[in-house]
Amino acid sequence: MTQQPFTGSNSLFRSLEHEGVEQIFGIPGGAILPAYDPLLDSPIRHILARHEQGAGHMAEGYAMATGRVGVAMATSGPGATNLITPLQNAKMDSTPLVAITGQVGTAAIGSDAFQEAYTTGLAMHCTKHSYLVTDADELPAVIHEAFHLASTGRPGPVLVDIPKNVLNQPTQWSEPTLAGLPGYKPTKEGHPKQIRAAIELIESAERPVLYVGGGVINAGASAELAEFAVAVNAPVVTTLMARGAFPDNHPLALGMPGMHGTYPATTAIQNADLLVSLGARFDDRVTGRVDAFAPHAKVIHVDVDPAEIGKVRNAEVPIVGDARLVLRALIDRVLSLRDASDAPRRQKWFDQLDSWKTTHPLSYDQEPDGPIKTQHFIERLHTITNGEAVIVAGVGQHQMWASQFWGFSRPRSWINSGGLGTMGFAVPAAIGAKTARPDDLVYALDGDGCFQMTFQELITASTEGIPIKVAVFNNGGYGMVKQWQNLFYDGRLSATDLGTTKPDYPALAEAMGCVGLRVTHADQIDVTIEKSLSVNDRPVVVEVVTDRDEMCFPMVPAGGSNDDVVMGPEDL
Amino acid sequence: MQHTLSVTVEDKPGVLARVSAMFSNRGFNIHSLAVGPTNVEGRSRITLVVDAPELEQLKKQLHKLVNVIRVQELEPSDTLETEVMIVRVSCDPASRGEVTDTAALFAARMIDLSPRSMTLEVSGTPEHLASFLEHVRPYGIIELVKSGRVAMKRLSDASASPIGGRA
Repeated sequence: MTQQPFTGSNSLFRSLEHEGVEQIFGIPGGAILPAYDPLLDSPIRHILARHEQGAGHMAEGYAMATGRVGVAMATSGPGATNLITPLQNAKMDSTPLVAITGQVGTAAIGSDAFQEAYTTGLAMHCTKHSYLVTDADELPAVIHEAFHLASTGRPGPVLVDIPKNVLNQPTQWSEPTLAGLPGYKPTKEGHPKQIRAAIELIESAERPVLYVGGGVINAGASAELAEFAVAVNAPVVTTLMARGAFPDNHPLALGMPGMHGTYPATTAIQNADLLVSLGARFDDRVTGRVDAFAPHAKVIHVDVDPAEIGKVRNAEVPIVGDARLVLRALIDRVLSLRDASDAPRRQKWFDQLDSWKTTHPLSYDQEPDGPIKTQHFIERLHTITNGEAVIVAGVGQHQMWASQFWGFSRPRSWINSGGLGTMGFAVPAAIGAKTARPDDLVYALDGDGCFQMTFQELITASTEGIPIKVAVFNNGGYGMVKQWQNLFYDGRLSATDLGTTKPDYPALAEAMGCVGLRVTHADQIDVTIEKSLSVNDRPVVVEVVTDRDEMCFPMVPAGGSNDDVVMGPEDL
Repeated sequence: MQHTLSVTVEDKPGVLARVSAMFSNRGFNIHSLAVGPTNVEGRSRITLVVDAPELEQLKKQLHKLVNVIRVQELEPSDTLETEVMIVRVSCDPASRGEVTDTAALFAARMIDLSPRSMTLEVSGTPEHLASFLEHVRPYGIIELVKSGRVAMKRLSDASASPIGGRA
């Protein structure tokens, strides 16, 4: 046999190995075919998804569980278009992702060839950057740049589109540099003058709130956050993307703010005289009506992305920088003042916060013989597992309840689709997370509507030996949409009923090579959870038949002011 | 309110598409756009005139594009701005003299002549072009095209400049 030439495909895998990639999630096809041959000789593990959207969410789950870059691979045309949802999801949630797509040969580009799509054009709006590689000699630099862009500054998805002839082109691999990025220089360190100005404001504030977003998790700044919060003696709210960035059982923790946030968190912001935003972006689900949001507060806005500062809310003290480095600088500044003065006590503010915690707790009513409340199952799971799990959620009521009722104690133990609200995220994201952290319990909490969008990836999980757990809360419909129809459309339920009997979830699970369980009564929850935890050689699906009419509260109706938190249906 | 932005970019495929896509994506409106290479190899300059109440967010979003190297806002008072216009004016042999005289006053150059029209090329500030148009409009404008503005920061004191507001 003659020696095969070293091609673009070989170069691609050499580059992926050079970037430290351990696994990629993908599906082969015509244009990407050449890249699947060197895969056979590479130490990189390939997880064969059943749909490219699944591959993309798996890569996101991997990235969110570790902080490392997730990699998805797909063919041209439909393979690439199926990746669009995960790309936009990763963009909204600032998840580091590299997507590699095959493309038709360069000579055929623009000819409406078989399985051709203008992938870089499609990706333009849903990536941080994208590349079309037209010469295999460029591959080492492009792949290196792609990983650098995905993982630095504000992380995000980067797409690399490679025509088939480029994958087949004889080439050489050489050590890449970042010389090709003259316009990309993320600011990491906060400006010292702004650091001093921020501390001055914080020290003199009477009612400060630390408003913490996903940037703190991306920056790996949880330890610094805890130190800072104590040093300045200020309460902390954690957004949906930041759950776990600060322990929920910490005396300074107020939980999640916003549309379905806790009353103390949302109301603290409304009454604050200073908001210290750390890696958060004043999302509409947090702010409600912007002109009524935190009306008394000055704002210190720390973000690695300068475009976030001033986008929604003007900041008195803008600080561009990495959350960990900025927090470090803030801590150093504060500690240098502590010889002369103690942290402000703010007794009145903390008394007020404590009283809100007492008067407006999260609540639900689980009757012993009544239908199961999702919140109750989540609390039981937390108790039984001691909270030692990576929780992965879909989108909707179950996601909000998971965020509300799971007491998070560490970062990267909560994986969900925040900004884009992608139903169907949980199952594939849980698979990606489990491959990254095989020794940790990965429990997906999913809705029946979400589950029906991507459950086929459980075949991937059972085939590849990825033993995730999935609780499917079956309330027979799109619960959150139904809640809105009940509250704002006079109870006229339109296209939100999925029925409770189809599919037969345990049978479906078994058919996919998983263990299928079902729980219908509250008194069977513990034993069912125990059973799900006892299986470790296969994925487990637990159908939890829940109350069809339960609504998610607290709630600030869309477009409403955060001063008007609705605690239950009686408030409407 | 119109603002002029000078954006230095890498001369790579798709850069112009990324810039214009960002505008439509973020809901900004481009009034005019001109693009061409600079004196530096591999760098192009895009001159944009945009309608926007404020520029801060727009400039930041431009900066976020990986291929964008520099974004400069050009203040009208210290900006050298020029635009090229080609205008075809209805004009028979009898009125040629008048049109030619008018053109000479505005330093417009005749680049095509037919029995019924004269085609003129003129360059200068937007005001210069607008003024020229007003003077030839009575003859009848058959066709008109503008290049889009190109601009550069002025280094001299505007009032002391030998060419004043001409370019």
